[in-house]
Amino acid sequence: MERAGCSAPSVAPRPDFCLSADAIDTRQLTDSLAHPTAGAVAVFEGRVRDHNDGRAVSGLSYEAYAALAEAEGARIVAEARARFQVIEARCVHRTGALAIGEVAVWVGVSAAHRDAAFAACRYVIDEVKTRVPIWKRETYADGDSDWLHPGSGQDTATPDGEAQVSCPDI
Amino acid sequence: MITTTVTVLYFASLRDAAGLAREQVEASAASLGDLYEILRRRHAFALPRDRLRVAVDGEFADWSDAVRAGSEVALIPPVSGG
Repeated sequence: MERAGCSAPSVAPRPDFCLSADAIDTRQLTDSLAHPTAGAVAVFEGRVRDHNDGRAVSGLSYEAYAALAEAEGARIVAEARARFQVIEARCVHRTGALAIGEVAVWVGVSAAHRDAAFAACRYVIDEVKTRVPIWKRETYADGDSDWLHPGSGQDTATPDGEAQVSCPDI
Repeated sequence: MITTTVTVLYFASLRDAAGLAREQVEASAASLGDLYEILRRRHAFALPRDRLRVAVDGEFADWSDAVRAGSEVALIPPVSGG
C-alpha cells in the first residue's frame, strides 16, 4: 500500500501528493520547497485535536483508498500549480493511527510572493478535505469510536486540524 | 438482464457495515447506481446513494455508468481527511 517518496531524503522527482504511514518530516518537506526565486513559503499543518463536536478525543486513525487518493491528490496540487504563480507545491497525508498533536496533513507551497503562496496552500487543503478518499475514525475518551462522514447532520462541521502556521483568507 | 461479476471495495463505515473490505459480487444491475441499491439492501447500509461517490478501476465514475464485468468498483462514503 505504502508508496515511497514522502520521507525519503533524496527521491527525485518527489511526488506532489503522497500518503505516509510514518510520521511526517515537516522540516525536511519545508526545506524541499526552497528555490532562489521563492520569496514566500506557506505551510499548513493539520494536527490531531483532543476534541471534536463537544466530545473528548483520545486519538484517531485514517484509512485511504490509496490508488485514487494519490491520483486525486496529485490532481489537486496540479490545479494549484496551474491557478497560482507557484514555484513548488506538495501535500502529504498520514494514514493509520495518530496521537493527539501529531501532524495528520501537511501542505507546503513556495512562490515569489506571499499572495500566491497563501492562496495555493489554502486551495490545496480545502480541496483535499472535500475530494480525496481518506476517512477519519475518531476514538473518544469514553472508549467509543466512530467514522466521520461529513454532511449527515451530526457531523456537518468539517473536522479541521489546528494550524501551526495557518493560511489565512486573503 | 445479463449478470455481471465485479469486485466491490468498501471503506470506513461501509466496510464496518459489510463486515469486509472487498467482495466478489454477481449481480444483475444495469448501472452502478442499481448495483449500489442491491448492495445497500444486502448490507443494510445507512448512507443513501446521493451521499456517496463511486469509482471504477481507480477513477471516479458516474452512477449512471454501466457495470463492466470484471471491474473493481469502489464505494466512497463522504470523505473526512485533513
